[in-house]
Amino acid sequence: MSESATTVEAPSGGLPPTGDEPGFFTKYGVTIVFLAPALALLGVWVVYPTISTIVRSFYDRSGDDFIGIDNYRRLFSDDTLVRAITNNFLWLLVVPFFVTAVGLVFAVLLERIRFSVAFKVVVFMPMAISLFAAGVIWRLMYEKDPSRGTVNAAIGVAHDAVSPSGALASALPSTEAVQGGTAGGLVLDEDLGPGDVARIGLTGIRASDVPDDAVQAVVPEALAGGITGVVWRDFKPGGGTPGELEPEEVGLPGVTVELRDASGRSALDTTTEPDGTFAFEDVAPGTYRAAIGAKSFQKSFAGISWLDERLITPAIMMAYIWVWAGFSMVVIAAGLAAIPRDLLEAARTDGASEWQVFRRVTVPLLAPVLSVVFVTMLIYVLKVFDIVIAIAPGSVQDDANVIALAMWRTSFGGVNDFGLGAAIAVFLFLLVIPILALNIRRFRSEV
Amino acid sequence: MATAAPPIDATVDAPVVIAEPTSAKIVRLLSRTPVYLVLAFIGLLWLVPTIGLFFTSLLPSSIVGTTGWWEVVSDPSIATLENYRGIFDNQAITSAIWTTLWISLGATFLPIFVASLAAYAFAWLEFPGRDSLFLVVVALLVVPIQMALIPIFSLYNDLGLFDTILGLVLFHTAFGLPFAIFLLRNFFIGIPRDLLEAARIDGASEFRIFFRVIIPLGLPAIASLAIFQFLWVWNDLLVALTFARETQPITVAIFSQMRQFSSNIELIAPAAFVSLAIPLVVFFAFQRYFVQGLLAGSVK
Repeated sequence: MSESATTVEAPSGGLPPTGDEPGFFTKYGVTIVFLAPALALLGVWVVYPTISTIVRSFYDRSGDDFIGIDNYRRLFSDDTLVRAITNNFLWLLVVPFFVTAVGLVFAVLLERIRFSVAFKVVVFMPMAISLFAAGVIWRLMYEKDPSRGTVNAAIGVAHDAVSPSGALASALPSTEAVQGGTAGGLVLDEDLGPGDVARIGLTGIRASDVPDDAVQAVVPEALAGGITGVVWRDFKPGGGTPGELEPEEVGLPGVTVELRDASGRSALDTTTEPDGTFAFEDVAPGTYRAAIGAKSFQKSFAGISWLDERLITPAIMMAYIWVWAGFSMVVIAAGLAAIPRDLLEAARTDGASEWQVFRRVTVPLLAPVLSVVFVTMLIYVLKVFDIVIAIAPGSVQDDANVIALAMWRTSFGGVNDFGLGAAIAVFLFLLVIPILALNIRRFRSEV
Repeated sequence: MATAAPPIDATVDAPVVIAEPTSAKIVRLLSRTPVYLVLAFIGLLWLVPTIGLFFTSLLPSSIVGTTGWWEVVSDPSIATLENYRGIFDNQAITSAIWTTLWISLGATFLPIFVASLAAYAFAWLEFPGRDSLFLVVVALLVVPIQMALIPIFSLYNDLGLFDTILGLVLFHTAFGLPFAIFLLRNFFIGIPRDLLEAARIDGASEFRIFFRVIIPLGLPAIASLAIFQFLWVWNDLLVALTFARETQPITVAIFSQMRQFSSNIELIAPAAFVSLAIPLVVFFAFQRYFVQGLLAGSVK
């Protein structure tokens, strides 16, 4: 030690010690030089603020008056803050579990295949992106309009495959002669018998929704023993007169027209021609109504409001799981690789099914790794901030609130109540300590 | 061979056919086809959001507000770089990118240098209370950043460090130290004692030993720390949002764009993509160092 102490005085040359009893600075000078920058930075930026924040949390907004634990009381009475705390506990309950579970499933699936590296890289990639950028990405993904938001577009494709949107999704009756609503379909309010001609005028159809093969609508000639008619777009550039079939107004092809008997049952149906005409031949005498069934008016999928106050938290959680699944997968896959193969083989030879092997051998052996992932996620989730502020639009941030976001908004987001903000920070600190104590113990035992 | 075989036996369990190695092989490959399909689907699911952002950034600004990114896939001719030209002509964005770079580099080199010095002292210098002090430093890992925001905000206002690159660098440095010291001390202590003793006997000063022996031997740990710290700072929003107004890094610049005009995707999408392209490059270049840092990052 003494060599090191003296060499700081004469770094160039390894001069012999002077022989005197060295003073404190002579003895520890080098140590001080090595340690001082770190200790100064930690003191000013970590230790002092921690103490100061704890003290500040007992003072009011202005910082002048000591108010005891009033700030902490508000933590559990203020609606916004209670919401933030409840949400954060929901996060703790849901997200670490799912991240660990998804990672486990991915890791186990990967184990059985070759070329797993590419998959790992793809799933792990979101980890490199900031949570904020991930938030921006998912904000776009969650757009409500299915023509822009990817999530709703995908749901829309599935939705349309199950119940396709009708040709006349936006259509309305052009005159009062046509009655009804989109739920039960539209009915022409006119008794029809063989030889009559029905005119069903519709409006509210966008030009882009008119089928390409549509041509000028015509009123068909009456048919002896049958009922004919036309379904047309009762609108032309400039408007036109409702109820009258005018030049430039086109027929609506491909519309299914029903002929309903007196009891309202659908007796016959047919489809319109390019000029909008339809014909029922050989209709039995009686009175009928011409109608267009509800199916034609089926609205297309309008999109789920992921970003409104009901779905915002689950939506953000899903984005968060997307980010962290890769981390979980990589750590668990490493644990999986360390499991002795012969243990699994032995279980299989004894006749255990794949599920039993997984449930009774793999998972118990993986328990330490799973708990590492779980605990790590608990800590990250407690402090979740960036992704929430990025995905939640300002109007629903109260509903999506979490502790770290509440702390920031209270202190810097316009309210500027440093007393309350400090109390929220201390609360977060108190929650983090027990989990972190666990984590650090693990680190120490590892090294 | 596997694809040519008819997929009838896909559901047969592998153990049943252990007796016939060749067919067992085929069966196993076939029984894995569903796994491959599932994984391919999941992989796509994980890629789409990022790719979607990239394609969105290529949409012409006239239709970006009304069109989904998949239009670029169905009609690649509409793709344009005009949005990227737009953000590189936008002085606020370009200066934000430079600010981010300076903050990230400064807040990577400074803490690693300071932490290396301290870690060496904790590992190889004798002084009273060394191990207790080390424990105290490691215990500072539990302090969440939120605990420091309010006092440092006031302090920076008094010192004129508010809204400066230096202020942000120093903050990130201090909060990066506990983990960096912890990791490096544990790495340095593994350096053979003989090596240091030999250097000391040769009359090398502690500083010489530090720069000539410790740093070169500690490079693997330092590199992994540097990558993690760089990405951590580059991706930071919380600290910058609190301490920066005009001198803002890219995350804050994008954030204020989103807050002011929620619909100008033609600016947000390319800027967000640029902001994540650099971490992605760093990530792909240094993947293997990454997970270790993340495991530890939870203690920040």
